[in-house]
Amino acid sequence: MRISKALTIAAKDFKIYLKKRSILSSFIIFPLIASVGLPIIVQNIIGKSSAITPEGITPLLNSFLFFFIIGGVSLPTAIASYSFVGEKTEKSIEPLLATPVSDSEILLGKTISSFLPALTVLYAGAAIFMILINSFTYSFLGYLYYPNAGMWIVLLILVPLSIVLSVETNIMVSSKVSDVRAAQQFGGLIVLPFAALYVMGEIHALSFTTTNLFIISAVLLAIDFVFFILSIKTFQREEILTKWK
Amino acid sequence: MINVNDLSKSFGSTRAVDSLTFEVKDGEVFGFLGPNGAGKTTTIRMLCCLISKTSGTAKIGKYEIGKDKDSLKIRKMIGLVPDNVGLYEGLSAYDNLDFYGKLYDMDAKNRTINIEKYLKMLDIWQDKDQLIANYSKGMKQKIAIARALIHEPKILFMDEPTANLDPESSKTVRDFILDLKKQDKTIFLNTHNLDEAQRICDRIGIIKTKLLTVATPQQLMEQNWSKKTIIELEKINKNILHAVKKLNFGKVTNAGNIMEVDVTDPKMQNPKIISAIVAAGGNILMVSQKNPGLEDAYLKIVKEIK
Repeated sequence: MRISKALTIAAKDFKIYLKKRSILSSFIIFPLIASVGLPIIVQNIIGKSSAITPEGITPLLNSFLFFFIIGGVSLPTAIASYSFVGEKTEKSIEPLLATPVSDSEILLGKTISSFLPALTVLYAGAAIFMILINSFTYSFLGYLYYPNAGMWIVLLILVPLSIVLSVETNIMVSSKVSDVRAAQQFGGLIVLPFAALYVMGEIHALSFTTTNLFIISAVLLAIDFVFFILSIKTFQREEILTKWK
Repeated sequence: MINVNDLSKSFGSTRAVDSLTFEVKDGEVFGFLGPNGAGKTTTIRMLCCLISKTSGTAKIGKYEIGKDKDSLKIRKMIGLVPDNVGLYEGLSAYDNLDFYGKLYDMDAKNRTINIEKYLKMLDIWQDKDQLIANYSKGMKQKIAIARALIHEPKILFMDEPTANLDPESSKTVRDFILDLKKQDKTIFLNTHNLDEAQRICDRIGIIKTKLLTVATPQQLMEQNWSKKTIIELEKINKNILHAVKKLNFGKVTNAGNIMEVDVTDPKMQNPKIISAIVAAGGNILMVSQKNPGLEDAYLKIVKEIK
């Protein structure tokens, strides 16, 4: 496996993404909502409700962490769907496969091109989120709430794992659909289980404690592994040229 | 340069390519002719190590297809122009070629030299920074050819390179292939275009799942098509037809007032045909000779298999 080949492919994909408005807008809107919108909600709750206590606000802050995991599964969909289905629709996959580059190098290149932008944007968004939350809640809580153990687990484990899951899902979806929008719609379905977990948190059926976040991480890691095997099987040159729709 | 021996490919129970055996010599332009679904693209894909073979062997240079360690080496020494141009529409012509140059491990200096060389040869250097989406079909095809040549491959595989192009663009592409031929590149050309095959190819293989024949265009025409004498008469009747058939030179057919007679030696046989027609009361308006064409030979070979 030559990393340089994968990076060449990733760099080419970046160049194309920068010219796609739909990709750029999805990379601005979601982080903006999570990093600025959520802290504004917290500020309003603290400012307007005298009944709210520090103990009452912390579960809400913990549940907001889940937005970054949802971002981890939803943001790469915009890129990964284009990365794989785009090659199909432009029929550029055959000349690419005819070069002296292995399937795994192409797959790694495309994974990097989806993984890195999503991770960068989510980390930048998380940094803004933490700064704003701390500035809005410091006088109310009496201490800096972030970064805490939950946030570290989310940023260092759950977000990367959820991005990988999203990319792997998109590889498999790409083999079955023939246009980018369909790939985004099907690939986007992967958000649903995460949204369900968030709702469970909101209705107090699940609390996002450090232990629970580790359990979710372990389950996600196992799913990532299974999806990795399936996506490797899907991304075989013969499969791509003869069976992909 | 290319040695194919008993090569087959099946997709499930469907035999796409059956027991191909042929060789392509160094510096030769080898045309692969066949109807849709005959296995031309499947053959190119196998030879370019894009898909696996089911059985048989094929060597590109000293490397064998189907062996993992040889596949990357084969792909390094070949260039492929697929039936769809497959360029990145969101990148410029220059960026498309630069990307492929990097994948072939070319250093920045050689990439720059070759991109300029081929874009100038194909007369698109002045448009190098335009996005591919803004190019015409013909220009895209030229860039796809430049992409396949960027690393100076020894062998070029071209899958229907002039399909869907206007006559002017087709001619540019054909002329460019002839230029490459002068540079001793080995070219494997899949085509539907018989005129193109006749003009460009040193030898032609006709495929319909199996390889039906391999020969030079001239041999194909001579082996599979007899010379014809075309005679236009004022009127054709039974007596005239009978008189010509009696000569026993070859097949005699007629459509309206036009008679076609298969001949082997026109100089010797045509005067006898004319005399027979005149003696039978026929009034000849015009006599002409129809030379053998590759199209006729191809249709005959493919039809025989049906």
